[in-house]
Amino acid sequence: MAARAPGEADAIRAIPVRHWGRWVSGAAVLVVVAWVAWSAARSGFIDGQQVRRYQFSPLILKGLRATVVLAVAAQAAGIVLGVVFAVLRQSKNVVASWVAAFYIWFFRGTPVLVQLFFWYNGVPSVWKRIVIAVPFTHLTLYSARTVDFMTPFMAAFLGLALNEGAYMAEIVRAGILSVDEGQVEAAHALGMTPMLTMRRIVLPQAMRVIVPPTGNEFISMLKTTSLAEAITYGELLRRASDIYSSTLNVVPLLVVASIWYLVLTTVAGTGQYFLERRFARGRARSGDGDLGSPWGRIRRAVGGRPRV
Amino acid sequence: MVRAERVHKRFGRVEALRGVDLTVQPREVTVIIGPSGSGKSTFLRCINHLEQISAGRLWVDGELVGYRQDGDRIYELREREVARRRAAIGMVFQRFNLFPHMTALENVTEAPVRVKGVPPGAAGAAARRLLDRVGLANKVDCYPAELSGGQQQRVAIARALAMEPKLMLFDEPTSALDPELVGEVLEVMRGLAADGMTMIVVTHEMGFAREVGHHLVFMDDGVVVEEGPPRTVFAEPREARTRAFLSKVL
Repeated sequence: MAARAPGEADAIRAIPVRHWGRWVSGAAVLVVVAWVAWSAARSGFIDGQQVRRYQFSPLILKGLRATVVLAVAAQAAGIVLGVVFAVLRQSKNVVASWVAAFYIWFFRGTPVLVQLFFWYNGVPSVWKRIVIAVPFTHLTLYSARTVDFMTPFMAAFLGLALNEGAYMAEIVRAGILSVDEGQVEAAHALGMTPMLTMRRIVLPQAMRVIVPPTGNEFISMLKTTSLAEAITYGELLRRASDIYSSTLNVVPLLVVASIWYLVLTTVAGTGQYFLERRFARGRARSGDGDLGSPWGRIRRAVGGRPRV
Repeated sequence: MVRAERVHKRFGRVEALRGVDLTVQPREVTVIIGPSGSGKSTFLRCINHLEQISAGRLWVDGELVGYRQDGDRIYELREREVARRRAAIGMVFQRFNLFPHMTALENVTEAPVRVKGVPPGAAGAAARRLLDRVGLANKVDCYPAELSGGQQQRVAIARALAMEPKLMLFDEPTSALDPELVGEVLEVMRGLAADGMTMIVVTHEMGFAREVGHHLVFMDDGVVVEEGPPRTVFAEPREARTRAFLSKVL
């Protein structure tokens, strides 16, 4: 035994507990998955060559771009609407808080697909023209037939954004409520106005609670854009179905679309991870380091020593 | 500096303050003691309008708290105006209430920059001087979670001082601290008192009340029961309730 400084203790070098049950059940699951994949491949309906052929075809890439544009635009607008309606919901102004409550109730309570049809088909048949004018003058800033204004993109954007805003309002509200009352009092005691307190003190702290479900919402939004197919917006699924409706190779093109959706949601999920780390700033547990990261978890699961 | 006349505060059915009369002189340290639930914290919070009083009159520096008087009429103040008056009163809380997403330095510069419009450079330099004064020159870049309770409370004091208040309110500033950290916070407060800051301190630290306080107020059941120079009140309490309380805490 090596010479040791007095008082230094023996490190514990124990043999870790072996979880045999985990290995057995893990193997069983892998067998089932392998069998499903093999039988699907053998059926011939998933034609790898077809998938490769269409994965990067110009039409599919165009649809991919349209999906990303719609998802990002609708989510961004949804976040803004969410913050506005969450703050209105808490407002001392009774009218404001009731309007916010009604908005959330209405848009959360009706299916998105119905809302999309409403914007695309309903609105142009009810209101024939859209006019933005200065009241009591003859000045007209914008005038158009509603059918021309309500393009598939515009209808999909409005429908998804307004629907998302209702969900985001509840998420933001939960975030605001999670911030300690003492924070508001401290800010007020320093002479900060309610608006400044909300912007500088409450919302930044609420972000820690808001970011994880918002990442979830965005991942969900990436996929929900496929509903816009129903109102002829040329997003990913629409482009895929455009192709298979003439060539009849349905399954390969659904696989192509699914692969792109998986790529998009994976990228979004990774972004969410880094955003969460950013907003954990100043929290004691932000120093978890390797143990909290996905790689750290895998390393730990396979029995390696976590790097601390 | 502060004058209270028959101040009442009601929370629903509970009457927390039942007619508080009190006068605080400039450059004086007023210490308020009393059993929990006696209304001393509520009264302190009324002084900078974190609570609105239900009845009576309360003045700070000659101005009604939360209202503006014009002849016989009393007008409620706008939030912006309330905020402006609060900016002149520093407050230190029992649970520190530092902003956890900001470093010690940012905690201290936030209000001067955002409320008073002090240029960030000047505010930063002033904040460093204040943090140095409370003995935390080497902790400017730490987040609150990385500081001990005593250090957090000293940052909170520096944060309040950064607004150059004419009055400082302390709401049980050492009650949430481990016993060995109480001393460092009291030391900072003692220094402030020596510099002539007007202070109102709600505390259970009887030693501090005796040594640093100029004026001792004993509150119970929503009213001021007895007040006077600390040594007199401690040595010869006139009221039975004061005697009963002091016999328990001394």
